[in-house]
Amino acid sequence: MEDPVQVRTSPERRRGLELIPRAPISTRLYMALGVASFAFILAVWSLLTYTGMLDPLFLPTPTKVAAAAFNLLAYHGYLNDVIVTVFRVFAGFFLAVLIGVPLGILVGTYKPIEAMVEPVMAFVRYMPASAFLPLFIIWIGINEPEKVAVIFFGSFFQLVLMVATSTSSVPQELVEVSYTLGTSPSRVLWRVLLPGAWPAIVDNLRIILGWAWTYVIVAELIGASSGMGFMIIESQRMLRTWNIIAGIVSIGILGLVADYGFKWSRSALFPWAD
Amino acid sequence: MVVDGVFKAYESGGRKVHALDRIDLTVRDKEFVALLGPSGCGKSTLLRIIGGLIAPSAGRVLVGGAEVKRPGPDRGMVFQSYTLFPWLTVRQNIEFGPKEKGISPSDRSDISSRYIEIVGLKGFEDSFPKALSGGMKQRVAIARALANDPSVLLLDEPFGALDTQTRSLMQELLLDVWEQSHKTILFVTHDVDEAIFMADRVVVMSARPGRIKKVIEVGLPRSRDYQVRTELAFLEYKRIAVDLIREETIKTMSLGAASGEA
Ligand SMILES: Nc1ncnc2c1ncn2[C@@H]1O[C@H](COP(=O)(O)OP(=O)(O)O)[C@@H](O)[C@H]1O
Ligand SMILES: [Mg+2]
Repeated sequence: MEDPVQVRTSPERRRGLELIPRAPISTRLYMALGVASFAFILAVWSLLTYTGMLDPLFLPTPTKVAAAAFNLLAYHGYLNDVIVTVFRVFAGFFLAVLIGVPLGILVGTYKPIEAMVEPVMAFVRYMPASAFLPLFIIWIGINEPEKVAVIFFGSFFQLVLMVATSTSSVPQELVEVSYTLGTSPSRVLWRVLLPGAWPAIVDNLRIILGWAWTYVIVAELIGASSGMGFMIIESQRMLRTWNIIAGIVSIGILGLVADYGFKWSRSALFPWAD
Repeated sequence: MVVDGVFKAYESGGRKVHALDRIDLTVRDKEFVALLGPSGCGKSTLLRIIGGLIAPSAGRVLVGGAEVKRPGPDRGMVFQSYTLFPWLTVRQNIEFGPKEKGISPSDRSDISSRYIEIVGLKGFEDSFPKALSGGMKQRVAIARALANDPSVLLLDEPFGALDTQTRSLMQELLLDVWEQSHKTILFVTHDVDEAIFMADRVVVMSARPGRIKKVIEVGLPRSRDYQVRTELAFLEYKRIAVDLIREETIKTMSLGAASGEA
């Protein structure tokens, strides 16, 4: 007689830490693991600093950084810097989206437009926006338009290419089926390509916003008199490591909030998508 | 519907693939014709030419007396791959064609309700495709094609991805729908059983380049149900068709081996 076959993926055997590729886990476990990894980073940081293993000037303790953050917000108008930076990010990002999304959709839809636009975009996107900074300062000066231009330049070309890919990834079969249902070529963009591409385009925006955040800090490190990047570079001059770290962490928190905002709106707007 | 001397060669990477060789075929009004052939013989190509999605290299197709130039709502199509619009609910998918025609919302809703009833999807009107099984998706796809009231329905191995049980239920469902709506149907398949069970005539195609090898008139009485499959007459038709297909499949395989394909 043969032994009964043991199915290893049966639910009652999925306890413990058996790792099954792509197997789902409970929301509680998911959150717990997320919190745990933050706790781990904090623990390593504490271990390195409270024990005196590292010079506080090199890496200050978590309490010192928390105090610095409070100090910045309460007495040094850091909130104003945050608002200035957020405004710059949104101005540059908004402009890039306003022009880049429609252009990307056209590039992904019409071959002649792709032929005209795509090679230029692919070329320019390899020129780092940060290297253009000195040029922008000469052209535009050290002012708000210069900051916005850096962010725009850093995100626009990438955005166009990503949106084009998202649009052209809508399955051709859906286009064909719409033709057999009476859709005309001039309406297929509105009836099939756009509705099919929206979720991917929202994902593109989420990624590009991350890039915009990187570029705003770069722009503020050079020739700025306000903003989160300016605070960071000022603190470096005065060797206030704790302020630098408080600045970096606050950028991270804002990024995380924006990221979750996009994820949430994606599932709220497109309940049909995976 | 008349297919008149259709010839098709694909050009890909400098290599010419001769897919169809002078196909002549007439499908009568309200007839159910199955197009049977080994995989790669050009069945999809022929269906796509009739649908107007690709142009023939030579020859022409007439539907209702007019030459096919482009796809249009007079020829509904159903594909093997699931092609429901994922952002639309079952009801909205079915109403897609009527909406393109400019039919009023209340009339559209009457049409979709009727076809939801016919394909047995009551209760799923507001589901998105991702929540449906493969069989349900294909039922919606059939309903969506029919909701446009086409004169011809073209189906390209619509049940090819379904399991055997679902598949035979879907075949009966399609026969029911056909008997109620009396459309002209051209049904592509490589499954001999499926072809004989459903069709008035089975058009057997040869290996590439696809030609019409033989047309089998299936004289089994209507309405057919699953028990037909075990009757002697059915088995006799099946034997004839299996012999023809086997011969062609062997040709395809040796052809593939000779030209270095798998
Ligand atoms: N777009 C295409 N370009 C080049 N060759 C193609 C194309 N579509 C199909 N073919 C070739 O034409 C032949 C017939 O294909 P198809 O009509 O899909 O056959 P079937 O549906 O009977 O399996 C195959 O050899 C296939 O490789
Ligand atoms: Mg095929």
